Amino acid sequence: MSDRRSNRSLLATQVRYQNKIFFRTPVAAFFTIFFPLMIFVVFSLVFGNQYIEELGVTTAQYFAPAMAVFAAVSASYTNIATTTAYQRDMGILKRVRGTPLPAMTYMGGKIISAVEIAVLSVVIMMAIGVAFYGVEIYARTLPAAIVTFLVGVGTFAALGLLVAALVPSGEAATAVTNATLLPLAFISGVFLPPSSDAPSWLTAIADFFPLKHFVEPFSQAFNPLYTGSGWEWGDLAYMLAWGIGAALLAVKLFKWEAPTGGGSRRKRRQRSAS
Amino acid sequence: MSVIEVENLVKSYDDVEAVRGVDLHVDAGEVFALLGPNGAGKSTIVEILEGHRTKTSGSVSVLGFDPTDHHRDYRERIGIVLQETAVEEQLTVKEAIDIYGSMYPKRRPTDELIEIVGLEEKTNARIRTLSGGQRRRLELALGIVGDPDLIFLDEPTTGFDPSARRQAWSIVKNLTSLGKTVLLTTHYMDEAQFLADRVAVIASGEIVAEGTPDSLGNRRTAQSIITFSTDASDGLSLPIGGAVVAETGSIEFRSDDPTKDLHTITGWALENNIELVDLAVRRPSLEDVYLELTGGDADE
Repeated sequence: MSDRRSNRSLLATQVRYQNKIFFRTPVAAFFTIFFPLMIFVVFSLVFGNQYIEELGVTTAQYFAPAMAVFAAVSASYTNIATTTAYQRDMGILKRVRGTPLPAMTYMGGKIISAVEIAVLSVVIMMAIGVAFYGVEIYARTLPAAIVTFLVGVGTFAALGLLVAALVPSGEAATAVTNATLLPLAFISGVFLPPSSDAPSWLTAIADFFPLKHFVEPFSQAFNPLYTGSGWEWGDLAYMLAWGIGAALLAVKLFKWEAPTGGGSRRKRRQRSAS
Repeated sequence: MSVIEVENLVKSYDDVEAVRGVDLHVDAGEVFALLGPNGAGKSTIVEILEGHRTKTSGSVSVLGFDPTDHHRDYRERIGIVLQETAVEEQLTVKEAIDIYGSMYPKRRPTDELIEIVGLEEKTNARIRTLSGGQRRRLELALGIVGDPDLIFLDEPTTGFDPSARRQAWSIVKNLTSLGKTVLLTTHYMDEAQFLADRVAVIASGEIVAEGTPDSLGNRRTAQSIITFSTDASDGLSLPIGGAVVAETGSIEFRSDDPTKDLHTITGWALENNIELVDLAVRRPSLEDVYLELTGGDADE
């Protein structure tokens, strides 16, 4: 039909509206943007500008990119998985399914919104780091850092959709994302600099999951002792493989209605309404 | 022109047959009601027509489409008001209508929709703050935001107070005056009677009766019911046999010839100086027919 709006315009509307919902959900906005920022500020205050001997960088210089990655993964992985699963519980996905909006446009809106939120949180983090804690940004590695960041966010957005496709409810999505992200963040060098004393099996687990392949090249781009341009093609390809695999599986397994009976859905809806 | 054509529709869940060989034909501009108790299969039928469920067997054509194809052209022409859907709580009424409206090529203006459903005072209120009835009215607005040719209303007024129901009914009546086809499910007899051109009564996954609300279950030719109550003692002999004393204490006759029988009764009452309190003659209500058809009346 000629009056049909272009997919690009539909997508733009969806992104705007997903952003709106995000910023009007205080819990999501807090944990995604302010929580990582808080950790960064606290670490920087406590450890000041101490040198981390093994890495040859200051605490702030190390934690600014690491916490930016944590914020980005919260915005994409955690946020998409939980909001999508909760919206399914409420019956919102079923409503969307009954409209002419193409499924890919709806999902695309969620993913692009997550990217925008992640970009916003990394910009805030870096700006505060540069302004108050002497964090340095290098033009030489900036292009690679940006591309790594976007590929990472996209990958974790796809993983968020996969979690939403696999779990039965919003509560389960919250549990699964926390139970996977927090331990992985600890062993992948997000909260703690990687230790050479770690047992090899733990290193193997960290190597397997994509988080380490996100945080290492991104952090490296902010390492003053690093002399390269920051392109880590192996890590990018590894993340992309995870992202594409997760996206394909999510599309295949995605459900628009909660698998539980109508009764429990109604109950949940009433509870959220009260 | 036929908008909905369903033949021998069957839907099984595991080993339970929720819909057992249903035929439906709904013409353009018609308001068609599926009336039946909870669990009769109404919602299953509607959700198959909407494309939310797949059928087990039978043929389904709606506006010339097979709903299971989930075709965008089809979804642009239908509007759905389901029981179990919700709207993002963080949005305002206006935002929700704008966003859902943006998905359709044809669309009704947001202001006009807000006025139709009577939510003017809540235009910029977050959906979180709306009452149950207001949410339902918003959902009605979202169901017609794309100016659909066919509207599915799944129990549109369940949980409404009487004035909200009247309001919702007049909204639906307005839609039908624009030539829209409406498929309605309800378990309220009065709703079917007020809104529908034709009614199909569903029980246990089958259509047990179909017709206009007035003719359903041969209401037009059925026996009339004469009721009254009296203070007189039980010893009186009534002039007509076959009286039944209802639970309420009133006396009830079934009559093939109400004019004559009423004359006999009133004559008898005058002669014996008996006051007939609440004297009434009525045809079986849709409710009587419905209860009989669905086996819902324990006395039958």
